[in-house]
Amino acid sequence: MLAFLVQRVSQAILVMFVISIISFSIQEGLGDPIQQMVGQSVSDSERDALREEMGLNDPFLVQYVRFAKHALQGDLGNSYFYSEPTLKVIGEHLPATLELVIAASLIIGLLSVPIGVYSAIRPRALLSRFFMGVSTVGISIPVFLTAIVLIQLFSIGVTVDWFPADTGWGRWLNDFFSTDGGMPSYGRGDDLVHLFGTWDSNFFTSSGLLHLVLPAVSLASIMLPLFIRLIRAEMMEVLQSDYVRYARAKGLSPRRIHFLHALKNTMLPVITVGGVQLGITVAYTILTETVFQWPGVGLMFLEAITRSDIPLIVSYLMVVGLVFVVTNTVVDLIYGLVNPTVKLTGKKA
Amino acid sequence: MSTATASPWNRFRESFLWYSFKRDKIAIVSFVVFVLIVAAGYLAPWLAPQNPYDLAQINIMNSELPPIWMEGADPAFPLGTDAQGRDLLSTILYGTRVSLLIGFGAVLLQSLLGILFGLLAGYMGGRVDSILMRVADVQLSFSTLMVAIIVGAVFKASFGNLMFGEIAVYMLILIIGVAEWPQIARTVRASVLAEKKKEYVEAARVMGFRTNRIMFRHILPNTLSPIFVIGTVQIANAIISEAALSFLGLGMPETQPSLGSLIKSGFDYIQSGSWWITLIPGLMLVVLVLVINLLGDWLRDVMNPRLYKG
Repeated sequence: MLAFLVQRVSQAILVMFVISIISFSIQEGLGDPIQQMVGQSVSDSERDALREEMGLNDPFLVQYVRFAKHALQGDLGNSYFYSEPTLKVIGEHLPATLELVIAASLIIGLLSVPIGVYSAIRPRALLSRFFMGVSTVGISIPVFLTAIVLIQLFSIGVTVDWFPADTGWGRWLNDFFSTDGGMPSYGRGDDLVHLFGTWDSNFFTSSGLLHLVLPAVSLASIMLPLFIRLIRAEMMEVLQSDYVRYARAKGLSPRRIHFLHALKNTMLPVITVGGVQLGITVAYTILTETVFQWPGVGLMFLEAITRSDIPLIVSYLMVVGLVFVVTNTVVDLIYGLVNPTVKLTGKKA
Repeated sequence: MSTATASPWNRFRESFLWYSFKRDKIAIVSFVVFVLIVAAGYLAPWLAPQNPYDLAQINIMNSELPPIWMEGADPAFPLGTDAQGRDLLSTILYGTRVSLLIGFGAVLLQSLLGILFGLLAGYMGGRVDSILMRVADVQLSFSTLMVAIIVGAVFKASFGNLMFGEIAVYMLILIIGVAEWPQIARTVRASVLAEKKKEYVEAARVMGFRTNRIMFRHILPNTLSPIFVIGTVQIANAIISEAALSFLGLGMPETQPSLGSLIKSGFDYIQSGSWWITLIPGLMLVVLVLVINLLGDWLRDVMNPRLYKG
């Protein structure tokens, strides 16, 4: 176990080192900090002096070591646009993203488990086939498109006049297919509750919750099919296993078998996969936040790109990289702990 | 047995692939739709009523006209027009062309990289294997879309808007190809590991063939069917990635739109009620990706049932 721990942690450090080198090269390669700092009137010799003073003429390695030292102390430079330390800017935007992800995870958790279990228990039922069909289509719809459709349906509203309006059933059908709209689709709203630090929450007011609905549903929509399929596949496998058959033979109630015995072993791989899905979730939050102008880190990153705010871009990469590396390492370690069959020292197959 | 008529066509007609294709309605429909879309994209310059790249053919007075089945439509623009007065049907045809070009190009690039690295990792083993696969693991843990967004962001910031717009097609092929090679490399490596132990490889080695020859002439042909399966799904993934990048403004410029940048430019006008500018290209994108995914599902079932859980 110790060897496994050491191996995974040293690998994580190596990956972080590579990420920092890449980030630093980006910072080096893009733009001239002197040009960003001083006005037009400063002469070339003054610029050169400043460059020398800031150590910009030092060799790459010396500069990298300085960058890494500062990074380890939590100093990744100042954002050009916000004129504040980049980590502070990221900290201000992080709660919005976290709340979005939490809300989406709640939706995913509440829907994927019942649907997945149901379609595993009754694979041939009409409803299961319907869910599987919907999830195939769902995987093919990019998250930003789901978001746009949701905005059209529930924020702008759709009036349907396909059916004759002079008959009762026609009116009823028209009303049935029309939507009112009116759901907020822009930003987090003004009705936020301050929790602590930079954390303002959407969860405690009705207006805040309303603002959260469309973005969270969009973000959940793309992950939901994946989890439903995964839970279904795992559950079907578990249902074939000996201990489930034994429980059936013993005469336990199906509900007890399905939800107590089988579900427990289904959720283990699902949780680990959930951890690994973090990377794709971050990418999807960037897309979702762009559509809904949700002021989280994803939107901040995108704005930093359009503003060429290089320190902020680099800091975002470093922070996201760190989060990924830590999560993956922790997931690996947990997996090694709970599943003794995993090859601990990563020997060749 | 018809050993005498072993022409490629007859072999194909007697193959299991063709047999199961004929019996699968979903596969047939998907294939037909896919071929139609590819043909429409390829023939866009001849099919489209208007050339959306040619500013002389565009009249701003025609902007935001609705599709033909709605009130106030102009029959000259069957699917309506966008905010710049371009015929939506034409921009969608040209956009499909660009999306498909990038999709196929990116898959070609990632297949080249993936096959090369997968073969090397699988056949060489040892240090080469662990380094290549670690890189692949790390890249996959970041998710391909995230890698593509980061690389796209860096390229865009370093080239500037104008320059990036000119070479965007090649950039996107490069970005998506590089971001997604690990998927193919892993598949190739897994099948190489299985093939490597077989006797024909041993025989080739005993006969003194060079490593290159064994890798590319003997092992590679036997790993092609999983590559084919993954490659099909990867085309859909590449098209989605391209659309996502374009939607974020890191992809194709509006002057040379792909489906993704059409959706992006239309999204700015959805609040004013012009839903068709963004939703019709969106529908096209979903149909395209859906049929490719369905074809991929079918291919996977036919060619390699054991791959199912991957």
